[in-house]
Amino acid sequence: MTEQSVAEKVLSADQCRRIDHWLAKFPDDEQGRASAIIAALHILQDDNGGALQRQHVEAVAAYIGMPRSSAFEVATFYSMFHLDEPVGRHKVNFCTNLSCCLNGADELVAYAEQKLGVRQGETTADGRITLVREEECLAACTGAPMMIVDGHYHTHLPRERIDEILDGLS
Amino acid sequence: MSANEETVTIEVDGSAVEARKGEMLIQATDRAGIHIPRFCYHKHLPVVANCRMCLVEIEKAPKPMPACATPVAEGMKVATTSEHALKAQRGVMEFLLINHPLDCPICDQGGECELQDVAMGFGRGISRFTEGKRVVADEDLGPLVGTQMTRCIHCTRCVRFLDTVAGQKELGGMFRGEHMEIATYVEEGINSELSGNVIDLCPVGALTNKPFAFRARPWELLSFPAVSPHDGVGSNLSLHTLRGQIMRVVPRENQAINETWIADRDRYGVEGLKAEDRLQYPMVKREGQWHEVPWETALNRAAEGLKGVVERHGAAELGGLLAPSATLEELYLSARLLRGLGSGNVDHRLREGDTSDQAHAPLVPWLGQSIAELEEASAVLLVGSYARHEQPLINHRLRKAALAGTPIMALNPRRFEWNLPLAVEEAVAADQWVQRLGGVAQAVAEQTGGRLPDSLAAVAGPIDGTAREIARRLTEERTAAVLIGNMATSHPQAATLRALAGFIAEQSGGRLGVLPEAANTVGGWLAGAVPHREEGGHPAAAAGKAAHEMVAQGLKGYFLLNVEPERDLWNPQAARTALGEAEQVVALTVFADDTLREVADVLLPMGAFGESAGTFVNAEGRWQSFRGVGEPPADARPGWRVLRALGTVLALDGFAYNDIAEIYGELAGRCQERCPEPLSYPQEVLGGTAIAGDGLSLAGNVPIYAGDPLVRRSEPLQRTLIAGRLEVRLAPATVERLGLAGGTERVRVRGAAGSVELPWVADAAVPPETAWIPAGLAGRAALGGPFGKVAVEAL
Ligand code: SF4
Ligand code: FES
Ligand code: FES
Repeated sequence: MTEQSVAEKVLSADQCRRIDHWLAKFPDDEQGRASAIIAALHILQDDNGGALQRQHVEAVAAYIGMPRSSAFEVATFYSMFHLDEPVGRHKVNFCTNLSCCLNGADELVAYAEQKLGVRQGETTADGRITLVREEECLAACTGAPMMIVDGHYHTHLPRERIDEILDGLS
Repeated sequence: MSANEETVTIEVDGSAVEARKGEMLIQATDRAGIHIPRFCYHKHLPVVANCRMCLVEIEKAPKPMPACATPVAEGMKVATTSEHALKAQRGVMEFLLINHPLDCPICDQGGECELQDVAMGFGRGISRFTEGKRVVADEDLGPLVGTQMTRCIHCTRCVRFLDTVAGQKELGGMFRGEHMEIATYVEEGINSELSGNVIDLCPVGALTNKPFAFRARPWELLSFPAVSPHDGVGSNLSLHTLRGQIMRVVPRENQAINETWIADRDRYGVEGLKAEDRLQYPMVKREGQWHEVPWETALNRAAEGLKGVVERHGAAELGGLLAPSATLEELYLSARLLRGLGSGNVDHRLREGDTSDQAHAPLVPWLGQSIAELEEASAVLLVGSYARHEQPLINHRLRKAALAGTPIMALNPRRFEWNLPLAVEEAVAADQWVQRLGGVAQAVAEQTGGRLPDSLAAVAGPIDGTAREIARRLTEERTAAVLIGNMATSHPQAATLRALAGFIAEQSGGRLGVLPEAANTVGGWLAGAVPHREEGGHPAAAAGKAAHEMVAQGLKGYFLLNVEPERDLWNPQAARTALGEAEQVVALTVFADDTLREVADVLLPMGAFGESAGTFVNAEGRWQSFRGVGEPPADARPGWRVLRALGTVLALDGFAYNDIAEIYGELAGRCQERCPEPLSYPQEVLGGTAIAGDGLSLAGNVPIYAGDPLVRRSEPLQRTLIAGRLEVRLAPATVERLGLAGGTERVRVRGAAGSVELPWVADAAVPPETAWIPAGLAGRAALGGPFGKVAVEAL
């Protein structure tokens, strides 16, 4: 199968159009096009139930014209991408980096793990919540400790807030 | 202040060092012989400065700086061994060893490991790290490169090599931080024709030579310089032996030829040395049965056989087919032997079918320039070449040129999987090739106001847009290169293609060059291994027959020098018949496959690559001699010794050489003008046969690992995905016209002399109405030469 045909097979016309929107923001050369990779992976991930499969990454690489291995480097580097792993309906990311750690993040993670019955990097059996793998600093140190739930930042977290927020996820 | 505008003076460890403006500190210290430890830096790879091993102290800089990524500046004061520098280096070393396993006793890299060496200098005796070390699962990267990824220190040399040099970035740094792994993720291996270089680059034992695994320890090995026998590049190698046995091959740096790289076939070709059909003893056939005999018996029998043919049928009925991968000395003695017997039928152009221009051919068909000069060309036109698989390291130069902006163009019988951007890639059916190249010649003439000679104009097609585009780029500056590749050379109208290419090069003011197929294609012309010229290019008294004529016309006796009839000859079908019907076939050979055993009468075992001394003349006309360092098996002997003995038994004059140096000296003396320039061919149609008739146009090149008997027997190379398999590739439109889709997986391909059943594959890179079938593979013999006409039928 040629590279072109992977893209053709996997990407819908609408997805191509949305990726083109991002491609247009960068210079039209090899490096410029490669800059659209993150946005493109998000598009594919959002359209596919919050996780990526190998073929999605391959299709994006072929479409924007970058080496396949480079696209996998990106897709495996960021914890915001879930490559070849099942995810729940909601994604909860706890920051455990320095500021959060000093403000008790580790206990919060332990609490959430115990509450949900899964470890970081796992999904609850009912497919409701994925506790995302250990994070680097999520750039909200002033609000430490913090977590991100489906893209929304929740800062200055006491335990009660965690109960409230997690219980509110359907 | 430094005296020169281009240089600056810096001070390293108290001594003044001249450095080039803008270069990195490590380049200056390397040149000055000051050693700074490093892992990620390599002079032919982009700088990433990720290992931090090269930290040095620089005056006024508060923190230690990486020498590989710090540009020099006038007056810079550097300390590489100060307390501060050493502390930084030791610190980095300790971090690097945190996750590195202590498995040196079972590691193939042990003894030649950069990490081991640097750890001896900068490491602590005892580790302070008591936590668990990480473990990484090994990935199967294919038959050539072995992995022990737990040992990886993430220098990314392998990743950068595959990306920037091999142009096929199959490895990447997956995951992040402590979880980072060098991997392909998709687990489809690394498939570049240059992949083995990552083994030499890897500073630890993470990537190793897979077939060589656990064969020997580096300190047990003896190293000898050698030259690759697999193509016209003449890559410089080191052969490593253990008790007289060849164990492995590694590159030997030669910036003018192969820089620090070698192709995979240069490295793994030696895996074929011990193939099962290696000929061990001289053998003669009596009443259809083979018998091992002493050398004396075999030589007498060979001499009688050859002489008998001459006595009974005349010397014109004897012919010599000589491998272009044989050494200069072997070719020279073989040619002398045949001429001594009175026959001018001598040729090493085994894969050529049109030699009608030979009388006016240049002294040698060489590159027309040095290998390094290819990078300087203003534009390159490849006529019938997939250089990537035919001369991988020449392709590497073209790739460098292409990335620097040089337009590389190709006019080939199909498109290929290049690792470089082509400015123009035109796939033309092989039966239209002369017309289309003629169109380019006309377009060039139109640009330059020149005139295509009448006989060429008569075969040239019209000027189309592509032709104009090629002509425009070639004539923009007057330093283009027009290179004739292996496919053009084996075309039945090769001489006309050469004539047109010559015209194009001349008109555009560029250089004409030939990409020689084998290690000694150039040398064969100097050694007198052509029917019309003796050594040094001196005209032969009477021209004999070319290889394709000897095969097509059928002689009574043949002498074969390391030739495999079904795989090395232009028309394997005719070769099989001619050799089968001959009265006498004497073969001096490294291997003896079934076909050779069937057609030959005497088999004389010779030393293979690495086992015989000799000389190759590479594409740029460079003579490179090497010693025999491995022991040939059993009774096999270096080819030149066998030929000397055979000449003596035949009582021919001048075979009483004391050693190989005498042979070399004699030949060199007769080749005063070793490489003339420029290259030119007569610009007229002298012969050749146009491909005519009904059916699809048959075309094919020799796959990368099928070119010579040794590489064909390297089992690891044959297991690679690029080795090429026997199948017929058809354009999707042709598949549709023939109604193959949905039918059987195999088709019958019918040629002029016979038919074969082959699997078929739809391939958009093949032009319509072409049947692309690789040449040089076993099992396609019935189709005859590499080009022609065939019918493809559903089964
Ligand atoms: S495998 Fe070897 S060359 Fe590649 S990154 Fe690891 S240590 Fe470096
Ligand atoms: S450390 Fe948690 S947000 Fe920065
Ligand atoms: S060699 Fe300089 S940082 Fe690796």
